[in-house]
Amino acid sequence: MAVCIAVIAKENYPLYIRSTPSENELKFHYMVHTSLDVVDEKISAMGKALVDQRELYLGLLYPTEDYKVYGYVTNSKVKFVMVVDSSNTALRDNEIRSMFRKLHNSYTDVMCNPFYNPGDRIQSRAFDNMVTSMMIQVC
Amino acid sequence: MADTVLFEFLHTEMVKELWAPHLEPGRVGWKMSLSVLEGLGFRVGQALAERLPQETLAFREELDVLKFLCRDLWVAVFRKQMDGLRTNHQGTYVLQDHSFPLLVPMGSGPQYLEEAPKFLAFTCGLLCGALSTLGFQSQVTASVATLPACKFQVVIQKS
Repeated sequence: MAVCIAVIAKENYPLYIRSTPSENELKFHYMVHTSLDVVDEKISAMGKALVDQRELYLGLLYPTEDYKVYGYVTNSKVKFVMVVDSSNTALRDNEIRSMFRKLHNSYTDVMCNPFYNPGDRIQSRAFDNMVTSMMIQVC
Repeated sequence: MADTVLFEFLHTEMVKELWAPHLEPGRVGWKMSLSVLEGLGFRVGQALAERLPQETLAFREELDVLKFLCRDLWVAVFRKQMDGLRTNHQGTYVLQDHSFPLLVPMGSGPQYLEEAPKFLAFTCGLLCGALSTLGFQSQVTASVATLPACKFQVVIQKS
C-alpha cells in the first residue's frame, strides 16, 4: 500500500505523480525529486559493476523516519518511484517488486496506446485505476 | 498459420496507399511519403522497444542494444534473426539481412531495385524509434544491392 507513486521520464521530469493523502502533496513531490539523485547514483554504480546481471529493481533508495522510498528503472530509462509508509512493516521486498512489475506492465500499455505521445503526461484512466488499487484507502 | 503474412499484407497495402497519388514516375512527393512511412515505423518502434525488453535485464552498453535489435526485435517482427551485424566501434553499425521478409515476395535479383526503398522506409523508422526509446538518437538508412538482401546502416548520434 503505497503513499505516493511517481513515474519519471528519462529526462527527469515527471510523467505521472500521485499521492494520498492529498494534503502535503508538496512534501511528496520534494521527496521524489530528491530520490532521483539516489536513482542516478545507483544506475551509474550498476554500469561500473563487473556483475553480469543488471536488475531493473533498485530496491530501497533511502529511508526517512516516516517513509521508505523504493525505486525501479526500465530499459528505456523511465523511473518509477514509490513512497511507502514506514509503519506498514508487513510489506515485504517481493511485494514491492510485484507492485513495480504491475506498474511496468501498465506503463507499457500506456506506451502502446496510439493516442499517447511519448513524453506527455499520463492521463490514461486505466493507469489511474491501477495506481488507485495500489494506494492506501484513506477514509 | 496466416499470421506471418498478416503484417506483410498490411505493410504492402500501406505502401500502395501512400504511393497511389504518385503514379507518374517522377520523384515529386516521394520524400513526403517516405517520411510518413518512417514516422509510422518510428512510433511502432517506440512502443515495441518498451514492451519487448520487459523481462530482460538492463542493457549495459550500445552494443547490447544493437544485439537486442538484431535478435529479439527482428524475431518478434519478422520471425528471423538479422544475418549480420558489423560495427566500426565508433557509433556506426551495419545490419545485414540476406533475405528480408518484406522484399522476398518481390523476387530475387536486380529487378524492382528502384521500388525497394519504399518497402524499407517503415523498417528504418522502426529501428530509429526503438533506438530512441532505448536512449539513442540515431539515423537509419537502408540500401539494397540485390533483392531480397538489404543492409541497414545505423549511425548513433553522440549528444
